[in-house]
Amino acid sequence: MSESSENGRRDFLKKGALGVTLAAWGQLVFSCAPEGGHDHAAAEGADTVKVLTPDGQLVEVDQSHLRHVHHTQDISYEESRTGLPGRKFVMVIDLARCTNARKCVTACQKMHHLPPDKEWLTVKLMKDSEDSEPYWFPKTCYHCDNPPCVKVCPVDATFKRQDGLVLVDNTRCIGCKFCMTACPYSTRVFNWGERGEPADMKTHRANAETSIPGQVGTVEKCDFCPDMARMGQLPDCVVACPNGAFYFGDQNEDIVTNGSETVRFTELIAERAGYRYGEELGTEPRVYYLPPTDRIFPAEKGLEELPEESRKLYEDLF
Amino acid sequence: MKTVDLNKKQTAILQTFGPQLEKSGTMYRLWVGFLLLMILFGGYGLFRQIYIGHVVTGMRDHAVWGYYIANFVYFIGVSYGTAMLAAILYYFKVPWGRPIIRIAALVAFISGVIGPVFILLCIGRFDRLHYLFIHARVQSPITWDVMVISTYLVGITVFTYLLLIKDFAILRDTDKFEFPSWRKKLYNALALRYTGTSEQDQQIGHSTKSMAFIMVPKVVLAFAVLSWIFGMTLRPGWRSSIFGPSYVIASIATGIALIIGVMWVYRKLYKLEDYLKDEHFRYMSLILIALVGAFGYFTLSEYITSWYTSMTWESKVTDKLLSFKEFGWAFHLANFFGIILPIVVIAFRRFRTPTIITALSLLVVFAMWVRRYLTVVPPLETPLLPIQDARPEYVHYSATWVEWSLVLAGAATFFIFFTLVPKLINVVPISDYEKETN
Repeated sequence: MSESSENGRRDFLKKGALGVTLAAWGQLVFSCAPEGGHDHAAAEGADTVKVLTPDGQLVEVDQSHLRHVHHTQDISYEESRTGLPGRKFVMVIDLARCTNARKCVTACQKMHHLPPDKEWLTVKLMKDSEDSEPYWFPKTCYHCDNPPCVKVCPVDATFKRQDGLVLVDNTRCIGCKFCMTACPYSTRVFNWGERGEPADMKTHRANAETSIPGQVGTVEKCDFCPDMARMGQLPDCVVACPNGAFYFGDQNEDIVTNGSETVRFTELIAERAGYRYGEELGTEPRVYYLPPTDRIFPAEKGLEELPEESRKLYEDLF
Repeated sequence: MKTVDLNKKQTAILQTFGPQLEKSGTMYRLWVGFLLLMILFGGYGLFRQIYIGHVVTGMRDHAVWGYYIANFVYFIGVSYGTAMLAAILYYFKVPWGRPIIRIAALVAFISGVIGPVFILLCIGRFDRLHYLFIHARVQSPITWDVMVISTYLVGITVFTYLLLIKDFAILRDTDKFEFPSWRKKLYNALALRYTGTSEQDQQIGHSTKSMAFIMVPKVVLAFAVLSWIFGMTLRPGWRSSIFGPSYVIASIATGIALIIGVMWVYRKLYKLEDYLKDEHFRYMSLILIALVGAFGYFTLSEYITSWYTSMTWESKVTDKLLSFKEFGWAFHLANFFGIILPIVVIAFRRFRTPTIITALSLLVVFAMWVRRYLTVVPPLETPLLPIQDARPEYVHYSATWVEWSLVLAGAATFFIFFTLVPKLINVVPISDYEKETN
């Protein structure tokens, strides 16, 4: 680990009211919510955990006062722009397994500290024609190899890396939104107001790999969690999916995994007739879909999790 | 020092403009105050937008552009169109064009200033505007636009100024009016020591003619680049080869309609019937209907092909424009009042009076704005994948008071400019009449 990252962590621990690390929990860092008090935790009694404070005291706090914070490696500006050497990230989404459980959406929001109404990853209900059956369609950024968004950016704020990822440097973005009009998949979202992320995120060093802290008046989008890949871990949407619908991997190694099964990318695509969405647009996406054949659940099941007002959106499609 | 001599005709013109150059009435002051209030209100809207964020506008993740970009495209188009008209009239020495050139150049100048302000309003980070220069990427159509618009603005400013120098000298030298000393100093500075020697005349003549010559290809390039901002995106309704030509024609037509409006007001206010004659309105109206006719043909050509071939994504946009449940009313009314009605009415010789022509021009001015709006917003509201958002503001764009305040402030800036210009200089050139009578 580099020196600057050590410093960064030390600062972080100093700033947190009760910042602690649990060695047994490895990569995860927990911190107490600033407003959380011990009295409150004692009153609730249940679900408490013992944590070690920086000055060596063992205290018991309520679990609800702990907040999950991703530990990321500190990388240089150049590294965040060039990408992981030798990699070619690819994603495969199995439409037969998606039931709109929306775990990917919430995991993504948690990972990137997004408010509940901001979705970098969305799940759409698709119905290709009048007589065809509807199916759920998770949509990430496609990290196109011929990205229309990157072409039009006037200031090099969005760029294509050698590992295939298309990222946004939100310290460079001027907010002209030209990339949003150019993307045919409506992937990009804009910070119309403050993103409303936790206060300690504001002090995080800006980095195109994490898009933290979010900046008002700039564009952002699904980034395939390259900070996780750098540590050899899967994006949160892949891990969160209860049905294993997302496969993530490296096209150079020809391997993709959904966390429980690891398969050859080319074989998976060949066997299941994988395709890319909007192939005719010439954008060359890095996300492949497996057609929704032999679905494990009926599409209607996906409505169960949704609030009433969202359910109305899909009335016409069933 | 030698001064510019005037002949009888020129003295007569100068005296026509005397009243408004010298003093201002109560109504005038009220009108200027009203316009300033509108601009101030826009300033307050802008303050809110910068302070709180773009969340105060009606723009959201699908319709990421709205009134601001429509207004930008509208004003800058008008500027290009009128600049082209002024340049052509000057370069080819069109005999009837003389009193119109100055008004056309002034419309071009102020629209060219207002237009780019609106693209800035649409940018999320004002504080990073200089990135457009220090981190410029030449692949981006926005970079092309930055280059073209900035050089165009220099061009139109120089061209307009060259057209004014001789008259600044006349106002500097005249003893007919009682100007306060600051005005005298101003004219003295603006006249650039022009004293009417044949060498100076030749220099100004050469420079103006060269600028006029440069402006025509410059404007064509500017039009092309601006239309490519839309044309270079994977979006039906934008990515069309006729987008550029259609935009050129519509913008020149709008510019001519605006010039007719300004001419009518000036003629009425300052009694300029001897200079802005009925025939000027007639000639301008004939150019106007030729252009709106061409625009009608381009419109038909664009939408009939996408309607007939009916590719899914493309027809979604076309259907929205034609359907009365979506943008149908706006689209059909704009086409009726902006294209069909002016052609039908002006086709009859007896309807070609200045007032009727001006009324029709105003319709064209509004209708073309609606058409600009309809080029920007419906394609944005029609993405390839269904929107499926429970928040109505993310599905349909609807401008907020902040956007309205700034659009109105833009219009007020246009009006205040044309209200203040006659205070500074005669709107019909005096210097041009020298050769005729000498």
